[in-house]
Amino acid sequence: MANKSWSTVGKPEQRIDAVEKSTGKVRYIGDYSAPGLMHAKLVKSTQAHAKIISIDTTEAWKMPGVRAIITGKMFPFHIGPILADRPPLAFEKVRYYGEPVAIIVADHEHQAKHATEKVKVVYEPLPIVNSVQQAFLKDAPLVHDNAEQYTKIISDVYPKASTNIGSHIKIRKGDFDTAWANSEETITATYSFNLSDHVAMETRSTRVEINPAGKVIVHSCSQSPFTIKKVLNQFFNVEVGDILVHIPMVGGAFGGKGTVQLEPLAYLASKAVGGKVVKLEFDREEDMTTAPCRIGFDATVQLGVTKEGKLVAGKYTYLLDSGAYSDQAAGITRAAALDCTGPYNIPNVWCDSYCMYTNHPFATSFRGYGHPELTFAVERTMDQLAEKLQMDPLQLRMINGIKPGHTTPTQTVLTANNIGDLEKCIHRAKELIKWDEGQKVQSGKNKVRTKGISTFWKTSTTATNAQAGAIIIFEADGSVNLNCAAIELGQGTKTILGQILAEKLGMDMNKVHVTMEVNTQYDPHQWRTVASSSTFLAGKAVVFAADHAIAQLKKTAAVVLQCSPDDLEVGGGRVYLKPDPTFGVDIKDISLGYTYPSGHSIEGQIVGIGKHIQRHLTPMDQQTGFGKPGPWWSVGVQAIEIELDTRDFTYSILKGVTVLDGGTIINPMTATQQMRGGMYMGLSYATSEKFVFDEQGIVQNSDLRGYPMLRYGEQPTEYLVDFIESPAIDGPFGARGIGEYGVIGAPACLANSLSIAADVELNELPLTPESIWQKKKEGTK
Amino acid sequence: MNWQNATSKAIIHLHVNGETQEVVVRNADTLLSTLREKLGLTGAKRSCENGDCGACTVLINGEPSHSCLSLAVEVVNLPITTIEGLLDSPVRTAFIDKWAIQCGFCTPGFIVNGHALLTNHPNAKEEIVEEWLQSNICRCTGYQEIKDAVNSLIVENDDSINKTHPRLSK
Ligand code: FES
Ligand code: FES
Repeated sequence: MANKSWSTVGKPEQRIDAVEKSTGKVRYIGDYSAPGLMHAKLVKSTQAHAKIISIDTTEAWKMPGVRAIITGKMFPFHIGPILADRPPLAFEKVRYYGEPVAIIVADHEHQAKHATEKVKVVYEPLPIVNSVQQAFLKDAPLVHDNAEQYTKIISDVYPKASTNIGSHIKIRKGDFDTAWANSEETITATYSFNLSDHVAMETRSTRVEINPAGKVIVHSCSQSPFTIKKVLNQFFNVEVGDILVHIPMVGGAFGGKGTVQLEPLAYLASKAVGGKVVKLEFDREEDMTTAPCRIGFDATVQLGVTKEGKLVAGKYTYLLDSGAYSDQAAGITRAAALDCTGPYNIPNVWCDSYCMYTNHPFATSFRGYGHPELTFAVERTMDQLAEKLQMDPLQLRMINGIKPGHTTPTQTVLTANNIGDLEKCIHRAKELIKWDEGQKVQSGKNKVRTKGISTFWKTSTTATNAQAGAIIIFEADGSVNLNCAAIELGQGTKTILGQILAEKLGMDMNKVHVTMEVNTQYDPHQWRTVASSSTFLAGKAVVFAADHAIAQLKKTAAVVLQCSPDDLEVGGGRVYLKPDPTFGVDIKDISLGYTYPSGHSIEGQIVGIGKHIQRHLTPMDQQTGFGKPGPWWSVGVQAIEIELDTRDFTYSILKGVTVLDGGTIINPMTATQQMRGGMYMGLSYATSEKFVFDEQGIVQNSDLRGYPMLRYGEQPTEYLVDFIESPAIDGPFGARGIGEYGVIGAPACLANSLSIAADVELNELPLTPESIWQKKKEGTK
Repeated sequence: MNWQNATSKAIIHLHVNGETQEVVVRNADTLLSTLREKLGLTGAKRSCENGDCGACTVLINGEPSHSCLSLAVEVVNLPITTIEGLLDSPVRTAFIDKWAIQCGFCTPGFIVNGHALLTNHPNAKEEIVEEWLQSNICRCTGYQEIKDAVNSLIVENDDSINKTHPRLSK
């Protein structure tokens, strides 16, 4: 709960980037142009799986303005964030439609683009792996011949020889088989959804130069500046200290800009033209197919219960369509396993989560990191189970909701501090959706209104050494600059961190200047801006930086005021005596040190530093999954009310409810923005979005005309958002993470409400009127 | 297309935000790339270059248009207004006040389109608003706040409200 004595934390402070953004003056990465800037364009695979027989660049070289052409043979190595299985430029064979095959560098973008059309690539088609089910078959064609030989970049990844399994993560908790055999009621259900895309409005873009001193200067719209350094060091042998990464404000990311794809390509391009600045910007089609997308997902869920509805056994088989390369899908495979049950207390759990190679565009993290998908499978099963038990679906969730004292599938013990209060969230959502007024109501001649609900949870699966730092520097006017490497993607992180600092220093928000651009040379290391981790990690770093600065302010002021630092307090732009606040000194008079009338000066500028690193996280045991994968779990409940026309299965979304326990909410308005935007994204995915593949594995809808998304007016008529704020003792002002959570339960509660309305189990996405009609037809046969 | 024709260059004059600007363009240069790369007006964004998202919206002769779909040479005699020329629009302030901005990438396009909408239809009913704003995509907000921003400026058909409500200048 927002503490009454706080003046900035817990308040809807306006976003510090809003005015600038409203004028169109913010410079995103693509808004930079300068004479002499060179342009790179890619030649991309036209096949989903094929041997590269030859690449003929003769004609391309004759095109005006062409300065360099790079093919995969010039860098025949594999890179990757978890398993190094992806060549930046394909060599020997291509594994997905749209895969980069060659780079052309030219003086102008249109010249580079023309030249790409002149490169002749001869392919010899190979059999296509076009679905996860097919990938899993014993005699399936292999996407990677020797996946087991790839270098592991992190430990929790297990590729299996002679299969399409890029990783297999296991959870073995309790004794599933016995519990299943003894269950009084059981249910088994299967689910499936296709790959889809992030569609951040800003497409991915970068520019790279190598200066004569050997420094590699990267500008990018990435969520992972320090990973860019790591990748260029690990795979391209550039010294970490010689790589400088700049990130301006980013035009939406949603996980899609967390992985490193363009920067190595632009680095190779710059190298090929003597280090000149080269820009590589994806157009929309490339951003959708060449760049990584969202996983596809197939699931089988088995739940065993007592007659009273107490869950005793859960078995989960997850097949993730990771596409041609494992990238972050290998991490999502793990994340889906460690939270496989949803927020329910189940003593006996068995999970097999597989990262499957196919010949689809490769997948990476997407807001929710596998949780919207697993939540869909779990929550649809819970609804079907409730029906079997003839129980109110909300009641079934209430009985089984996870609480402090229980353990997670990886056997982490939950406490009141590391998990939110699910029960309170259920109660609040129940009120907001008016559950007691009925789950299904006839609202017109052929119209029915129904409500669906979903609980959800997620931990922040960071690296065990994930960390962040902050540096605060005081100005001569007593205001303060905040530098840290959390990236502003639209989520409002810079505003939140500014609020935390203002609160700690007892200062007005407008006295806090947060540097919007990230520069890896002067910002302390931050793991990445993903996994809803910035408020927690960078927020704590800011708290410590403020404490550090406060100690310095008191030390200088104590000399000036001739007292002990312990007698002093900081606030309102002053350092003052606790018992007599009128006796004090203005921060502006000591922020650059204090100068006596004689000219003698002491102490110097106030510069605070702070840092925080995750505590006590561990990898997971390969056989059982045992381990501590994340610092805390935020939990929540979402609900949807829809109205369905029972003749043609068109429907509208009347109301969307999100109730989240993410600990203290630093800014209720930016948090609400995140919940609504997340819910929209989940609903857009569940109602409309998927990649359509033909039999050759070619994406059929790689532009925004063929790829439907919810547009203005199709969103819920009303979005209600509320927060339960059970503080996390070790979070900054009690905050946990919230950024991804709004998206997680939305697909599940939409499908739950539509299943009731259409009176048929809807277990596949997206839910279009046609797909509902199709299910209905199958169901009534 | 005749390639030679597409690349031949011309000096043209564009009337942007009330000023006449001289630029050298290829025949194939879009208005979007000309505004961004030749005139430094980067408020109009490049996102789909296919007329599907509205991020590049500018006013051509008062009409909201996808600048990715116009050639610079097509619009030489027409007044063009970009977000940089709409700093006084109440739509811009409404977007701030109603929290309609997250990453901000769609924002200029939405404000330009919203401005034209309310100029043409100060009393717009919900269906009109939807019809106009469906040409723009926002991937961050979920549209609720954008709706709040636009609705906050809609003048109801009621004289007493008309007097106190902010009006958009034509
Ligand atoms: S960039 Fe012009 S409509 Fe999308
Ligand atoms: S604010 Fe990011 S796309 Fe609209």
